[in-house]
Amino acid sequence: MHFTINGQRHEADVDLRTSLLDLCREHLGLTGSKKGCDHGQCGACTMLVNGRRINACLSLAVMHQDDEIVTIEGLGQVGNLHPLQDAFVRHDGYQCGYCTPGQICSAVGMLDEQKKGWPSYVSESLTDSELTDAEISERMSGNICRCAAYPNIVDAIREVAGKGDRQPVLEAAKEIGA
Amino acid sequence: MDAAAVPSGLADPGTDRGGGLLGRPIDRVDGLSKVTGGAPYAFERAPKGAAVAAIVGAPVGAGRVVAIDVAAAAALPGVLAVIVDDPRMPAGQASSGALPQQGTDRIFHYGQPVAIVVAESQQVANEAAALVRVEVTPATGRFDPRGEPVIDEPRIGFLPPVEMGDVDAAMADAAVTVDATYTTPVHFPAALEPHATTAWWDGDRLTLRSSNQVIGAARKTVARALGIEAERVRVLAPYVGGGFGGKTGVGAEAILAAIAAERVGRPVKVALPRRQVAYMTHHRSDTVQRIRLGTDTDGRLRAIAHESVVAQNDQGRFLEPVPFGTLPLYAGEARRFTTGLVRVDLPETGAVRAPGEAVGTFAVECGMDELAERLGINPLELRRINEPPVDPTTGKRFSTRRMIDCYDEGARRFGWPERVPDPGSVREGEWLIGIGMAAALRGNFTVEAQARVVLDEGGRARVECDMTDIGTGTYTILAQVAGEMLGLGLDRVDVVIGDTDLPPTAGSGGSFGANSSASAVVLACEDIRAELARRMNAAPEELAFENGCVRAGGRETPLADLVRGEPIVGRGHTKPGKETEATSQASHGAQFCEVAVNAVTGEVRVRRMLGVFDIGRVLNAKTARSQAIGGMAWGLAYALHEDGVVDVRDGRFVNPDFAEYHVATNADVPQLEAWFVEQVDASANPAGAKGVGELGISGAGAAVVNAIYNATGVRVRDMPVTLDKLLPGLPAV
Repeated sequence: MHFTINGQRHEADVDLRTSLLDLCREHLGLTGSKKGCDHGQCGACTMLVNGRRINACLSLAVMHQDDEIVTIEGLGQVGNLHPLQDAFVRHDGYQCGYCTPGQICSAVGMLDEQKKGWPSYVSESLTDSELTDAEISERMSGNICRCAAYPNIVDAIREVAGKGDRQPVLEAAKEIGA
Repeated sequence: MDAAAVPSGLADPGTDRGGGLLGRPIDRVDGLSKVTGGAPYAFERAPKGAAVAAIVGAPVGAGRVVAIDVAAAAALPGVLAVIVDDPRMPAGQASSGALPQQGTDRIFHYGQPVAIVVAESQQVANEAAALVRVEVTPATGRFDPRGEPVIDEPRIGFLPPVEMGDVDAAMADAAVTVDATYTTPVHFPAALEPHATTAWWDGDRLTLRSSNQVIGAARKTVARALGIEAERVRVLAPYVGGGFGGKTGVGAEAILAAIAAERVGRPVKVALPRRQVAYMTHHRSDTVQRIRLGTDTDGRLRAIAHESVVAQNDQGRFLEPVPFGTLPLYAGEARRFTTGLVRVDLPETGAVRAPGEAVGTFAVECGMDELAERLGINPLELRRINEPPVDPTTGKRFSTRRMIDCYDEGARRFGWPERVPDPGSVREGEWLIGIGMAAALRGNFTVEAQARVVLDEGGRARVECDMTDIGTGTYTILAQVAGEMLGLGLDRVDVVIGDTDLPPTAGSGGSFGANSSASAVVLACEDIRAELARRMNAAPEELAFENGCVRAGGRETPLADLVRGEPIVGRGHTKPGKETEATSQASHGAQFCEVAVNAVTGEVRVRRMLGVFDIGRVLNAKTARSQAIGGMAWGLAYALHEDGVVDVRDGRFVNPDFAEYHVATNADVPQLEAWFVEQVDASANPAGAKGVGELGISGAGAAVVNAIYNATGVRVRDMPVTLDKLLPGLPAV
C-alpha cells in the first residue's frame, strides 16, 4: 500500500489491523505522534487527515490510502517551526512533552474548525463564535495533559490565534457558565 | 549539608543578578525536541529487528495458577515465544527496597503478570496473548479495604506513630472541638506515557530503554531480579512521559522484557496497554482519616490528632504516610499521628505525587475549616494563630518557613478579605459562589547526588549525571546552574542525563530531584572554578565569570584559553549532613480557590485558584510555575473527579482508563495563578532550593472543598465531591 504523509509518498506492507498511528510509529519511523491510550481517550495521537484532526489510534491505516496526512513532523521542524510549536515553547505549554505533538496538531485543526464557524458546546451561537478562552479550553478538551499545562496551552493558542492577552480570570470563568 | 553555606558562584536572588541565568523564566532547552516530535521516549528508537511483546494478566483476583496453555498462542504465525516458566518472572513491580516474588504460582491480585508473548508485531502479540489460557484455582479475595481488620502497627513504611501528651484528655478539656472522618479514593498516577521498556542484550550486557524516574536504582533492582551484576545493566531514560511517582520502581514489564529479549535473542519492546497500567504498576491507596482538633476559646490548638488507615497487598512494603505533612503544620501540645494498615488482594499501593501530604492535607485542612467555623474565626486567622515557632513534633528549628508570608501574600492577591463567611449566601443567578483556602506543606528531602561537569577546549561545558527529566525541567535547570556558575550562555552548555553510565543521583521523586542534582552540579562547577583559579594564580573567591571569560585581579581570560588541550573535569557530590539532621525542612504555601456550584444540578466549576509558595531558591521561574499550577490542577481533579473504583466482588478496577477515570481536562482547569515567596534555604542544600513538584497538590484539593462548603453549606467528607453528594443538601433553588 502507499500513503502520503507530510507530503511524502510512503510504501508499506501492513497487517490489516494496523492503526494509522502504528503505521506511522512502527513502519515509517514517524514516532512524533504518541500512543497514550490506544482507545481515543487521550488525544496524544492526534494527526491531521485532509486538514481535519483525528485520533490516529482509532483509525485503520488501510482506510487512508488516498488521504493527505500531516503529523507533527510535517507541521514544522527545528529551524522552521509552525507558530504553534514556537508558542508552546515560549509559553511552556507542556511539561513531560508526551501529549505535546497531539496538542499542537489538535490546535491546528481546532483553529480551522472555529474559523469555519463550527460551534462548540460552549458557543452562544451555532453559526458564529468568538474564540474566547472558554472556547479554546472546550475545543481542546479531547487532548489530555496529565501534567496539566492547560493554562499555558491556552495562552499559546490564544496568542497564535491573534486574540491578544489573557482574559481576566473571572471573565473567562463566567463564559463557561459559571 | 554539613554547614549552612551559600556557594560563592550563586548570587542571592534578592540582589542584582547581572547576567545571571539562575531563577530566570528561561524556555526549556529540550523544548524544540518536544514540540517537533523528535524527543525519543522509551518505546521509540528501538534497535533494528526489535520484536514486540504483550503481557498476559491473571484472570482472577486471588488464588493460584494451576496451568497455562500456550499451544494456540504459540502456533500463531509471527509468534516468537510464549514465556510462562522462567523462574525470574516477577509477580509485581520491583524496587530497591524489595523484589516481588518471582516464579510464583500465587495470585496476589487481578491482572498480575503470568505470561509474556513475543511476536513480530503488536497486532500478532495482542492476538496471541488473548489465546493464552490461564487455568486457576480461585480463592476468596480481600477486595474491600473497608471490610478488612486494621493492623495498628504495620511495621512497614517510614513513618512511625507519634504520641505526645494525652489527646483524649486534651479533647475532653477543650472548649471547641472537631472530630470528623474523611475518606479519599484510589488515585492513579496515570502518566500519559504508559510504562514501557525496550530491552536488548549485547553478549552478557543488558541495556534497557525504560520509562523510569529513578534509573540508578532501577539498574540495581533489575540486576538483582535477574541475578546478574549491576555493572552488566545499563538503563537509559532520556525522556520520560510523566511519572508522578508511578515510575519510581521497576515495572514488571521491564524485567519481563529483559527475560524475553534473552529468550528470543533479539531486542524486545513492550508498552503496557492503558488498562494494564492500572494493574501492573502501583496506585495511591484509598484512605480513611480521622481528624481531631481541640482548642481554647481563642482558637489555640491544645490537641491535634490525625489517625489514618491505608491499604497494601501482601507483597507491598510501602505505606502511604498520610499524616506526614501534619506533623510540623500546627502547634498543639497533645499530638497523635498514626497510620494503620489493611491487607488486601489488590494491585500494589505506592508513592504517587506527594505521598502523605496529597491526601493528608485534604483531611487536616478541611478539619481546620470546620474548626474555624465552630470558633467563629476566619480560617486564615485560625492558621495564623497556630503557626508554630519550631517544629511542634520534633522540636527542631525550621530551616526556612515563610508560611505566614504565603498566607498574607495569597490573601492580598486573591481578595480573601472580601469573603462572605455565611455559607450559601452569595448567588449569581443559579450559581452559588464560594471561596476557600488551605495551607500547603510538603516535606523537603535532601538526598545524595553526584554530577560531573566537563569544560572542554572550546570553552563549552557538558553536565553529566543519571538524573531524569520527567517534565520537571531538569535539562534546563542543570544548564542554568552550570551556566551561572561558569559564566556561560545556555548555548555553550550541554546537559546529558538519563543514562546509568553517568554519575549517580537519586533520580526524580519526592521533590528532591532538582535541588539535589542541581547541588551536585554546583559543587562540580566549584571544582572547576578551583582549578581555573589555580591556573589564574588567584583565589577562587576572586574569580568573576561572565560571557565565557573569567576575570581576576584586572585580568580577563577566555575560559577556552585556560583549558589547554585536556578538558577540565569537575566532580560534585552532595548528601545530607548535620544541617539536614538539625533542622525541620519543608516547602510551604497557601492555596485559595473560588467555585461556582449550580444550585439546580450540583455541578461544580472552579472559577479561579491562586497559590503562593515558599520553595527556597527558584531555579527557573517558568518551569517552577508550571509545576506549581500542574499540582494545583491535580488537587482540583482529586477534589472533584478522580476516583479509582474497585469492584469488591472480584478485585477488578471498574474504571482503569481515561474514559472512565477522569483526570482534569482543559475545560476543567481555569487560569491558575502561582506566586513564589523566594528565600534561599542554605540549610537545605548547596543550591538553596526546596521541592516544588509536589507542593502544588498539597492543600489544593482542600481549598476547593472548603470553597464548595462556603458556596453551599454542604460539607462533603468523602472525596471526590461529586454532584450526587451535594444535591441532597443544596439550598432551595
